Amino acid sequence: MRKILVGLVVLAMLAGCSPIQPWVKPYEREHFADPIMSFSRDPISASYLDHVYEAREGARGATGGVGGGCGCN
Amino acid sequence: MLRKLGAGIVAALVMTLPVAAGTPSGPAPQFTLPAKGGRQINLAQYKGQVVMLNFWASWCAPCRQEMPLLEDIYKKYNKLGFTLIGVNVEPDAKAADAWLKQTPVSFPILYDKDSKVSQMYDVSGMPSTVIIDRKGNLRYLHHGYKPGDEGEYLNTIRTMIRE
Amino acid sequence: MQLRHVIRTRGGASFGRWAKVLAMLCLVGAPAGADVLPDDRADVLYHNYSGGGITIQGPSVLVRKKVGDSLSFTGSYYEDLISSASIDVKLSASPYHETRKQEGASVDYLHGKTIYTAGYIHSREPDYQSDTGYVSISQSMFGDLTTVSMGYRRGWDSVYRDVRDPTTHQIENDPTFHQRADHRAYSVSVSQILTRNAIVDLAFEAITDQGYLASPYRKIRYLDPTVAGKGYTLADQIYPNTRTSSAASAQLKYYLPYRAAITGQYRFFNDTWGITGHTVELDYTQPAFRNLPWNGSMIFDGSLRYYRQNNANFYSDLFPRANYQNFMGRDRELAAFHSISLGLGATYEFHVPSAPWLSKSSVNIHVNHLLIDYSDFRNALLDGDGYTVGNEPLYRLNATVFQLFISAWF
Repeated sequence: MRKILVGLVVLAMLAGCSPIQPWVKPYEREHFADPIMSFSRDPISASYLDHVYEAREGARGATGGVGGGCGCN
Repeated sequence: MLRKLGAGIVAALVMTLPVAAGTPSGPAPQFTLPAKGGRQINLAQYKGQVVMLNFWASWCAPCRQEMPLLEDIYKKYNKLGFTLIGVNVEPDAKAADAWLKQTPVSFPILYDKDSKVSQMYDVSGMPSTVIIDRKGNLRYLHHGYKPGDEGEYLNTIRTMIRE
Repeated sequence: MQLRHVIRTRGGASFGRWAKVLAMLCLVGAPAGADVLPDDRADVLYHNYSGGGITIQGPSVLVRKKVGDSLSFTGSYYEDLISSASIDVKLSASPYHETRKQEGASVDYLHGKTIYTAGYIHSREPDYQSDTGYVSISQSMFGDLTTVSMGYRRGWDSVYRDVRDPTTHQIENDPTFHQRADHRAYSVSVSQILTRNAIVDLAFEAITDQGYLASPYRKIRYLDPTVAGKGYTLADQIYPNTRTSSAASAQLKYYLPYRAAITGQYRFFNDTWGITGHTVELDYTQPAFRNLPWNGSMIFDGSLRYYRQNNANFYSDLFPRANYQNFMGRDRELAAFHSISLGLGATYEFHVPSAPWLSKSSVNIHVNHLLIDYSDFRNALLDGDGYTVGNEPLYRLNATVFQLFISAWF
């Protein structure tokens, strides 16, 4: 598990500092501006359903989705 | 072991820090694109005027927010040797035309369906605004839009009109 | 009866500090750009869970509002009205009604391409109180193709116990029972745009709990031939007083050319109680029907979720004798089971022309059918009903989850 955490952090850091150019240009991001491509279109409903499962299962955590969007501004 | 990994990562980071982008310079890349209304528009036909290119899309909220303000700027300075061109970057013009029907503007709208002009101008944010002087050189570049940015546009336009 | 509340974790202290410092370095070096604050919106939800002898229903409200260009405030309120005559309640207690209330508030601050968030949640019911504080940072980088988030949560719980007075039959608080439970959670996630049509989200969360982690009402049972008819005796659960868990998940969302979205998710879970859990979910979102009244259109959602876990190492449905081992539990949340949840949702999105300040509104219905098939949790109520102890049928839970909510964007 700790190795996975290190891996994610390293990936995050490299993504921010690499000389590779972004391969999806801002003017190609129209689909991500569409609400159906949002990880959580209705947060009030998603968090309720997460709660329903968590209260009945042993597993917890790592359920959220952040990011995406049109990248405007 | 974790310490060595960390030191190695820090070294790699320092070596790959990107250089800060400077102000644009040099002649503005030439292009010809179809305009709303059917004709073909060439950038060269505006030489002698201050030209503001605004790259926008109907799906981009700050772009839509900016358009009425651009319309005001266009109306105010058009007669003083300034022109504003809206370059729409969408592969399909349907959504853009539908939005323009509801929020019409009087400055020319060009369609960059293949994103060739967007690539030429290295559009790296939505919206992107470029200002070209009377000699056809790139002078100003701005990514994104936040309320208040139009103040910066106006200052740059006024300076360049007087040249 | 306690419901599982907020989860907390703690990773190893030195490792946590180290990873945070490293991550911060690159956030500083990343090219400038801009994230966006969440949209202003208000949602009101009615929720209803019904199954296994329990009904839990209530309202949920969420309001988000930007103030200026850089700040966004969020407020939430949630209630559970619980009516329980579940298999656990019937075995060792009596049916009850209870209300749980929860309030939350948070603030997001946008600076350049970074969003800083801080929030607080308070939850209370007659026999349980919990307070949670959390902070997180979200950074957009690499031409806005990548978003990295890190978060820390800390929770403080107070556990009480209700007892039924034998003479008056009134339910009251047991003044001799007051326990504490503390939680810490560390989370990291990376979201990456892969192509024009695909985005992936990777998340990791480590949680540590410390203190009184059991339910004061549930009991274990052990084989006792001296009890005529039943063959078992109930006794108190004894839980470990620490628990550390890790979860890692991956979510892939893909845009289909005819305007629809498909999502696949997998989550792996593992903890120090010996539980390993796998979650797989498939979602499909399909917009349909435009040009309905009030600029209306519809969106349909379908989801299929499969979950399975093995039991905790101190769990057993029936222990061979009293005081069999140091830790003993019979909470079915820690049993071995498979579960399937099938969900369907319909949304009507519209724009009211006479209210231009309301940029969009929607009415939504979601229904989920949840089926849990236990592999080592038996229906002990049927003991003596033609079944010998330890041979009662394995328990199966069927539940329906219903949501009806209205959203408004302004």
